[in-house]
Amino acid sequence: MALYPFTAIVGQTEMIRAMLIATVEPTLGGVLAFGDRGTGKSTAVRALAALLPTMRAVVGCRYHCDPASRSALCPECRARRAAGRLASERVRIPVVDLPLGATEDRVVGALDLERALADGVKAFEPGLLARAHRGFLYIDEINLLEDHLVDLLLDVAASGENVVEREGLSLRHPARFVLIGSGNPEEGELRPQLLDRFGLCVEVKTPTDLDQRIEVVRRRDAFEHDRAAFMRRFAADEAALRRQLVGAMKLLPLVNVPEAILRLAARLCIELGTDGLRGELTLLRAARAEAALEGDTVVTESHLRAVAPAALRHRLRRDPLDESLAGARVERAMAALFSQAAIAA
Amino acid sequence: MSPLPAPRKPTRDAGLAACLFAIDPVGLGGMVIRSRIGPARDGFLSRLRGLLPGATPVRRLPTHITDDRLLGGLDLAGTLSAGSRIVASGLLAEVDGGVVVIPMAERLDRSLAGKLAAVLDRGVVSVARDGVMSERDARFGVVALDEGIGDDEAAPGTLCDRLAFVLDEAMLDDDFVWPGARAIARARRRLAGIVLRDETTIALCRTAAALGIDSPRAPILALRAARAAAALAGRRSIDDADAILAARLILAPRATTLPAPEPPPEPPPESQDEPDAAPPPEARETQGDDQLQEEPPGDASEELAERVLDAARSALPLDLLAALAMSGGPRRAARAAGGKTPIAQGGVRGRPAGVRPGRPGHGARLALIDTLRAAAPMQPLRRRERAVQHPGPMPRVLVRAEDFRIKRFIAPVRTVAIFAVDASGSSALNRLAEAKGAIQILLADCYVRRDQVALIAFRNRSAELLLPPTGALARARRSLAALPGGGATPLALGIDAACALGIAERRRGASPLIVLLTDGGANIGRDGKPGREAAGRDARAAAQACAAAGLAGMVIDTAPRRSGFAAELARLMDGRYLPLPYADAAALSNAVRAQAA
Repeated sequence: MALYPFTAIVGQTEMIRAMLIATVEPTLGGVLAFGDRGTGKSTAVRALAALLPTMRAVVGCRYHCDPASRSALCPECRARRAAGRLASERVRIPVVDLPLGATEDRVVGALDLERALADGVKAFEPGLLARAHRGFLYIDEINLLEDHLVDLLLDVAASGENVVEREGLSLRHPARFVLIGSGNPEEGELRPQLLDRFGLCVEVKTPTDLDQRIEVVRRRDAFEHDRAAFMRRFAADEAALRRQLVGAMKLLPLVNVPEAILRLAARLCIELGTDGLRGELTLLRAARAEAALEGDTVVTESHLRAVAPAALRHRLRRDPLDESLAGARVERAMAALFSQAAIAA
Repeated sequence: MSPLPAPRKPTRDAGLAACLFAIDPVGLGGMVIRSRIGPARDGFLSRLRGLLPGATPVRRLPTHITDDRLLGGLDLAGTLSAGSRIVASGLLAEVDGGVVVIPMAERLDRSLAGKLAAVLDRGVVSVARDGVMSERDARFGVVALDEGIGDDEAAPGTLCDRLAFVLDEAMLDDDFVWPGARAIARARRRLAGIVLRDETTIALCRTAAALGIDSPRAPILALRAARAAAALAGRRSIDDADAILAARLILAPRATTLPAPEPPPEPPPESQDEPDAAPPPEARETQGDDQLQEEPPGDASEELAERVLDAARSALPLDLLAALAMSGGPRRAARAAGGKTPIAQGGVRGRPAGVRPGRPGHGARLALIDTLRAAAPMQPLRRRERAVQHPGPMPRVLVRAEDFRIKRFIAPVRTVAIFAVDASGSSALNRLAEAKGAIQILLADCYVRRDQVALIAFRNRSAELLLPPTGALARARRSLAALPGGGATPLALGIDAACALGIAERRRGASPLIVLLTDGGANIGRDGKPGREAAGRDARAAAQACAAAGLAGMVIDTAPRRSGFAAELARLMDGRYLPLPYADAAALSNAVRAQAA
């Protein structure tokens, strides 16, 4: 069934940009989209799946290992490689939707019950983490997910490796994925220690502009009424955005960060009192991805400005009673800091 | 949404909603019926059933349904006897193409509502549990039977947001002439061919905006309802009458603000309701055509928007005004309209939290799949052993005690701190600001421990629940900041209110803690009459009632000098006594922590 095209999403520019940045720079730590109901958070993630370019993967590998990356191969591919060349094919970048009610065994992977019962063979049956390797893992309603699963997912997302120690199995396999979470703050808050695990955090609001709201409804109806025609209408936009993504991925390793921008990023983080260095690192990585998306090879202040709210708003030392996400504070600090920088320069 | 709305003339709206739903159950999501059990509801449901094709599956979904029955999972008996994996579908996949009926939807817990919402959005149920990964079509409509009384109990907003219609008890009793299933079937066939004009989209969006409806789902649902209405009327394109009907049925019940009255002689909706909301059924039925003849829509989408808004305005729920007046703003009403109380996580008790080896029984449930997994690798060995020890027929699986795995559940640890704040004049003079500060500290502490808080203020002659239990502390902070001070001190009423809420919360599975902040200067009794002596007596009785109910409590004395009375209350409540002058941040938070533990 055709999915709603990514480029047909009206407004929500910050969320869309954040998802593109996370695609270009998968090591960023993913995106948390927090906000109102019915604002297209899930639609955007599912649409992203259709937009993504393909990638090379080893034929027959359960983790779709990258044949070009020697260090990140799974044990089976390493064995295959030792035996000869690795055959590869182009596959879609996986976007795995974590179903609500998923159990730990299907997330982590577990002993293959069928083979164990029938043949008495101890075989590993990979789970969702294996499926999401090199792609995206989407958790809708992350604040409704059982705590032990959230902990597990964040741990794997941070380490890039899934370690399975259960039912007599002992193995590990690579599981590098971009985590995308969405939730509604009215349903309860996310544990604060989990917030800053996410690279970017965006606030998604219902559009207040009437014309925008009309366009949302208009497009939704057009899509439902005649999917094929709607897909054709946005086919060119989708292709253009896909080219932009592929270009940005290629460009990313070449993007430089000048000393002045490093200093500016550091001062911004000090000013805002973000804990640890994760904030600065994320800010810089996101700014590089932003520059790559713009086709630039040097990070400028405007790139930094564009990504700072999403990279920092969830890392401010929280006054727990303050409104949960503080994009405004980041904006204020930037306004003060950047005007100074402009004068100094 | 009040249990007993003011009598309205019977309308045909419920019947019309049922028809539209029967035409496009998947597109419209479904309906919430706010009504107690009774012949009106039963009659409505059976007539609704009559509109659907005979083979339509209709299933009841009990609120205690387990995930394996809801979503699907491993068919254990089948798998064991076949020796290969057999997948059992869940209720949602089984009801594909039909209707799910949810009785007692007000008791539906949030995670179940979340799962339903995810399936409604995708039309597919994906399962990743108990060794099964599968995706199956699950396209269905939902009829949520909400028997909640008052605004505190309602079906979860995640679900209601996706269901087009909200009907209340008074609407069910109507004189609608129900069409036959064949008329509905004809309308269904016409549905895909219905032509839409852009004016309709614009008019519905404008109306939604004017009524303060945030969710973009509302105008989308309204548009689908307008399509279904056109199909029902046998039209090829959406008419103004269809848009008007959709606005009345779908947008009006979601309104959170009153639209700014455009024409000056606009009477307030409350008085307008009688003549306008329920025109005689004949008029309503033919309304669209009449209006078409009188004032052709032409190019004026403005004008259509205005008429659609009028229609919605005239159908605004009666209690909207009252709700707005009470809350002093649309925010609270928005929640009420969304049908969700902020009482979080009604059914979290006993959330599964992984599996570990152990003996089943004593409340621990056997995790069958995991037990089998544990047993599986040992089978060849055990078979050989058994063949030697007990020659004869061999069971398919040899399970031993050491294989047993049990499910772990998290005990109900949700703590609700109920702050009962004395906002009277004497207290305001003394240190209401400091009391507020103290609460802020406690709130921060609750936040860290993921507790919920509730806020009750008492002054003059009443105690008011400013904030029902919530985990969203930003909200608590807001209502605290807005807390006014002044007036007499109805201490007994404040304690009673906290006590009642505490008992109600305990019934919901939470462990409540009452934190009373007062200077002890009671001067209003339980009967609302002034009089220091009676007030003191009543307050003592109320404190004793708290203790008798077994509620944990503490008293924070906000008087400038320690008042003997506050200390006495603490004693009667069997709780701690903390005079504020000595209660610094750390002491306060330690005290609450100790009590909550």
